Amino acid sequence: MAQMTMIEAIREAHDVAMTADDKVVVFGEDVGFFGGVFRCTAGLQEKYGKSRCFDAPINESGIVGTAIGMAAYGLKPVIEIQFADYVYPAYDQIVSEAARLRHRSNGDFTCPLVIRMPTGGGIFGGQTHSQSPEAIFTHVSGLKVVIPSNPRDAKGLLLAAIEDPDPVIFLEPKRLYNGPFDGHHDKPIESWKKHPQGDVPEGNEIIPLGKAHIQREGADVTVLAYGTMVYVAEAAAEETGVDAEVIDLRTLMPLDLETIVESVKKTGRCVIVHEATRTSGFGAELMSLVQEACFYHLEAPMIRVTGWDTPYPHAQEWEYFPGPARVGEALRKVMED
Amino acid sequence: MGSDTAPLSLNVPEPGCRPGDTPDFSDFEIPRAGEVGRPAVDVDPDSIRDMAFSIVRVLNKEGEAVGDWAGALSVEELREGLRHMLTLRTFDARMQNAQRQGKTSFYMQHLGEEAVSCAFARALQPGDMNFPTYRQAGLLIASEYPMLTMMNQIYSNAEDPLAGRQLPIMYSSKEHGFFSISGNLGTQFVQSVGWAMASAISGDTKIATGWIGDGSTAESDFHAAMVFASTYKAPVVLNIVNNQWAISTFQGIARGGVGTFAARGHGFGIAAIRVDGNDYLAVHAVAKWAAERARLGHGPTLIEHVTYRAGGHSTSDDPSAYRSKSEAAAWPLGDPIERLKQHLIKIGEWSEDRHAQAEAEILDTVISVQKEAEAVGTLAGGKAPSPRDMFEGVYETMPEHLIRQRQEAGY
Repeated sequence: MAQMTMIEAIREAHDVAMTADDKVVVFGEDVGFFGGVFRCTAGLQEKYGKSRCFDAPINESGIVGTAIGMAAYGLKPVIEIQFADYVYPAYDQIVSEAARLRHRSNGDFTCPLVIRMPTGGGIFGGQTHSQSPEAIFTHVSGLKVVIPSNPRDAKGLLLAAIEDPDPVIFLEPKRLYNGPFDGHHDKPIESWKKHPQGDVPEGNEIIPLGKAHIQREGADVTVLAYGTMVYVAEAAAEETGVDAEVIDLRTLMPLDLETIVESVKKTGRCVIVHEATRTSGFGAELMSLVQEACFYHLEAPMIRVTGWDTPYPHAQEWEYFPGPARVGEALRKVMED
Repeated sequence: MGSDTAPLSLNVPEPGCRPGDTPDFSDFEIPRAGEVGRPAVDVDPDSIRDMAFSIVRVLNKEGEAVGDWAGALSVEELREGLRHMLTLRTFDARMQNAQRQGKTSFYMQHLGEEAVSCAFARALQPGDMNFPTYRQAGLLIASEYPMLTMMNQIYSNAEDPLAGRQLPIMYSSKEHGFFSISGNLGTQFVQSVGWAMASAISGDTKIATGWIGDGSTAESDFHAAMVFASTYKAPVVLNIVNNQWAISTFQGIARGGVGTFAARGHGFGIAAIRVDGNDYLAVHAVAKWAAERARLGHGPTLIEHVTYRAGGHSTSDDPSAYRSKSEAAAWPLGDPIERLKQHLIKIGEWSEDRHAQAEAEILDTVISVQKEAEAVGTLAGGKAPSPRDMFEGVYETMPEHLIRQRQEAGY
């Protein structure tokens, strides 16, 4: 075990995978010599050479498109899109090509590919460095969608994603790269170096995709969260005194419905939290699934706490970001109903 | 509010010929066969910039093979090439008709473009990978992919290797170096570059080929493919099939203000060559040159195959609505089958009788294969893939939610 930031854990996952399998290749904008704008691939080019870790032209469709060709050849590309906000030029390659290749060719060609990208807000990134586009990927058949919330999970889930035989969208909450963040932006920044979930196992230990993690056990209400919202939800529970069970979903596709349903049946209440815009967000899917499976166990209407249906703002970041005050209010309200 | 200059107006290019007009290709500059020389395969792209504005041609009007690019194929190979093109044309005619009879939903034929894919296939080696569009089935025909399997795919019957999931003619065969056709435009062009990069990363000796139409060169992925191919000097041959028409849109809309599509290569430092796409010998010779260049590590080549789509875009298209019915007959590069036939006759290795006999034999074979496929089933009836199968292969392992949906659907 070693104490790491999420950035170091992600870099280590690359390192472990590249050592274990020379088919793993890593590329993207600024990822080679410089090691990525967030440093997640630092040192890999020096260690593994320029043909296994290299800089790409600024063309997301080209990065994903060439990676699909490489995956079809038999390599395992792990590529970085510099910000999730920049992925849209590659959407056609992801949706129409990577996601469907196995199905449309009846397994003749497959696409084992990991597309990493920093996601979410909390860094004053404005509308082009703050978005949470997970739902535009969960809506596509053939993709897996993963969002870790801490260094330990980031490493284990990234190793699982690299081993996976299908394309995986790997969203890294950039506000959590250096430390846990509970939404209290005026407090001093915490580091993973002292956090139990910053303690990362060495070696090739994977965390299987599709398994949620109960971040905080509780009896009164189930909070479904992922990414940055996990620590916000945890803080809201502590601050309101509501005995909330906070579930870190970790993987949105495939989803660990069993853990969700078991918890909601136990608590009878459910609050869903995400940073992304509300309408057609992943919260809508979660609410439908919980309603279908747990309707007769629910003691109150479910509540969603989300980003507003606006472009992600700059100066109004903390009015947009679903912080502990808004999540706490939802916890109190769901307990009153 | 005043201005010193006249009001601006928008330039919207128009083709030279619309329905009712007399086709006129007098502006189309065609060099004599043999006029364009064959450079060394390691040539600096800058020193052959003129090749993007000329056309490599081997067969002259008299049916003779002339110039530096001639002589790459034996008589036996040429006769086989003729057979491949005749097979593709016959196959197309039968399948086009089968669609009209309701046996499938859709078909796309190659009429007039048979030489491009049939001749190109001969320049590759086993293990190389093509990333084709929907009009390169000659790559399969010429690599002896079973016609029966093609028809089963077109009919989406129980023997369809793609289990009924894909539109007709969107074949896939890794074994025959034919990447799964998506049906999207341009996406596969950049994937071919990635496949070629993977071969180079792995220290392999295989090359890739990318294919795109004149219209789709306007897609961003064309630019992406060119940048990546240039930057990483990928072992790839990038082919633009300029058949003059993108459904109803003439090539000038995608080409814009430049002289030729091949000239797009110049900004990327990629060797760029135009070839007579209706000249089997020229297509093969240029393909072989580009494949050798890629395999020897000299980098990518952009080939513009100048040809003409003599039929509709697909069975859903009626070209008489947007171009002159006589335009195909007026196309100055002629018909690829007729030209190779004349060449073989000219050199004393073929005759009208042998040709008629070959046509009859091929038709018999295609009909007999068609009967075999139809005995399994067509989209209209017979043995069909299981509806249960649509849930398979979305992922390697079916996730819980798909298992539940399959049960809900009753399979």
